[in-house]
Amino acid sequence: MEKHHYTQEINITDALMARINELVSHYPADKKKSALLPVLHEVQDAHDNWLSIELQNKVAEILELKPIEVYEVVTFYTMFNQRPVGKYMLEFCQTSPCCQRGVEDLMDYTCQKLNVGIAQPTTDGLFEVRGVECLGACGYAPMLQLGDYYHEHLTKEKIDQLIDDCKAGNITFYDK
Amino acid sequence: MGRKILLDKINVPGIKSYEVYRREGGYASVEKALKMTPEDIIEEVKASGLRGRGGAGFPMGMKWSFIDKKSGKPRHLVCNADESEPGTFKDRYLMEYIPHLLIEGMITSSIALEANLSYIYIRGEYMWVYKILERAIQEAYAAGWLGKNIQGSGFDLDLYVHCGAGAYICGEETALIESLEGKRGNPRLKPPFPAISGLWANPTVVNNVESIAAVPWIINNSGADYAAIGIGRSTGTKLISASGNIKKPGVYEIELGISVEEFINSDEYCGGMETDRPLKALVPGGSSVPILPAHLIYKTANGDDRLMTYESLSDGGFATGSMLGSGGFIVYDDRACIVRNTWNFARFYHHESCGQCTPCREGTGWLEKVLWRIENGEGREEDIELLWSIQSKIEGNTICPLGDAASWPVAAAIRHFREEFEFHVRFPEKIKNRDHFTHEPFEKVRHLVAPQTV
Repeated sequence: MEKHHYTQEINITDALMARINELVSHYPADKKKSALLPVLHEVQDAHDNWLSIELQNKVAEILELKPIEVYEVVTFYTMFNQRPVGKYMLEFCQTSPCCQRGVEDLMDYTCQKLNVGIAQPTTDGLFEVRGVECLGACGYAPMLQLGDYYHEHLTKEKIDQLIDDCKAGNITFYDK
Repeated sequence: MGRKILLDKINVPGIKSYEVYRREGGYASVEKALKMTPEDIIEEVKASGLRGRGGAGFPMGMKWSFIDKKSGKPRHLVCNADESEPGTFKDRYLMEYIPHLLIEGMITSSIALEANLSYIYIRGEYMWVYKILERAIQEAYAAGWLGKNIQGSGFDLDLYVHCGAGAYICGEETALIESLEGKRGNPRLKPPFPAISGLWANPTVVNNVESIAAVPWIINNSGADYAAIGIGRSTGTKLISASGNIKKPGVYEIELGISVEEFINSDEYCGGMETDRPLKALVPGGSSVPILPAHLIYKTANGDDRLMTYESLSDGGFATGSMLGSGGFIVYDDRACIVRNTWNFARFYHHESCGQCTPCREGTGWLEKVLWRIENGEGREEDIELLWSIQSKIEGNTICPLGDAASWPVAAAIRHFREEFEFHVRFPEKIKNRDHFTHEPFEKVRHLVAPQTV
């Protein structure tokens, strides 16, 4: 497979730095590394939902870690993205209880509607469909996650509505 | 109506907020605990018989009593809110709708453990719940329940929420600790147990959300009152996350000891099957526990009523029983394909294996691939034995229980639904669509394999 190198504009704003400092303060002074996961979440949210190598190096610098300590964490946890992703990432839970309630048909429907495959952003970079493992909403299946929020008891109509709302920019997906 | 301990106040308007929670008697257990000795609190919890609600069912008071207080190192309480076992969504419900209950439990439990720095480790996907908890913690600080010198008692406690980032393995307590230290979630070899050397090598106790949320009631009333609910060693109430093909999926609090039949069919709980289709199988305690076929759900192999208790659900061992586990109760009707479902779980465990131990890293991948080819009509007769052999080589040969959790569902599916695997291998043209049993339930096509297996 062809290996892409994507570039990203790094912008650690004062507000973001203040939040990072607050997160670091949750741990003993000599245990700064513990803040790594929460800090990566914040930094990723502020950078179009992905973490380039350069950005990971920046996080290492802020937390006084070796870059490898950041890389090994970013590659282990599935919520950290290492390439640009669709702005509206529709992450469908595809584990058994959701399958019992028909999520596979809905994923097919969504992919066809957007004319993409799984984990392929649309050409305008607006949407991406992913199948992920159990999100802990089995009783409200089928469901998907978009940003910080869950969308549950899905139907084709609800997906149509959701996609329309996204296109109109009429949706909040971060709880800040 | 069954007795409610955890969800008693869940429908009180505004219970999410500190003011309403406090007005409804919240934080009383902290006031009481501050006047008790830590040993007395631990004794109450021991007397309650409360067992860890995350899945293992280990007595909570005993776990607390293992914490090393002699070394003089700082101690920590860590709440395991990394709920990721497929079928389980009860902790999220508690944290989302009554967050102060968990915070009160964390404070009372930290007093018992004499821990001055505690954490709630929540899975990264529950980001909006993380924010709910953060706000609730700020309210608790403002009201003097957290911080220095709580309520003038001289006891200090800092409590923070820490979020994971999408790894099931971090629900294992030592992997959770690694993750809290900012590392990959690789489970540690035990011993030493976290009670001796846990977070930053300090003595640490890791407890599930539901276990910690039960502590305030036990302290406000008594361990004996809690132990009076339930049957035998299954004391108290348990949250059950009900999902699958039932009328009313959701989170229900039950008194341990009601029958499985009542739980599935009564209007107070699941309300019966989703449609008039028959019950085919049940996973009673989250994806890792053995699946039960229809004839072993309401009755045990001895013909006794199957009850919602640790003992009754495991009656018959793995041959004819299962486990209460985390209470992830997944009900399947006859449209479900057991092979496809087993493949689905195998894919989950392959995806979530941390890769540290070879039997699990390689074995879960094999299970997934072999199950996929059977499900897609490319299976071979010997594949069923191959699956059996792989799962038996993973089980018990890994650092953490993820290997066992990946093996058990495969073993149980073959044990109870072998004919369905044989059907897939012998009649590939009949299983072309993924919903192959929707129009023609397996009960109707069973005769196709029956003559050859007799």
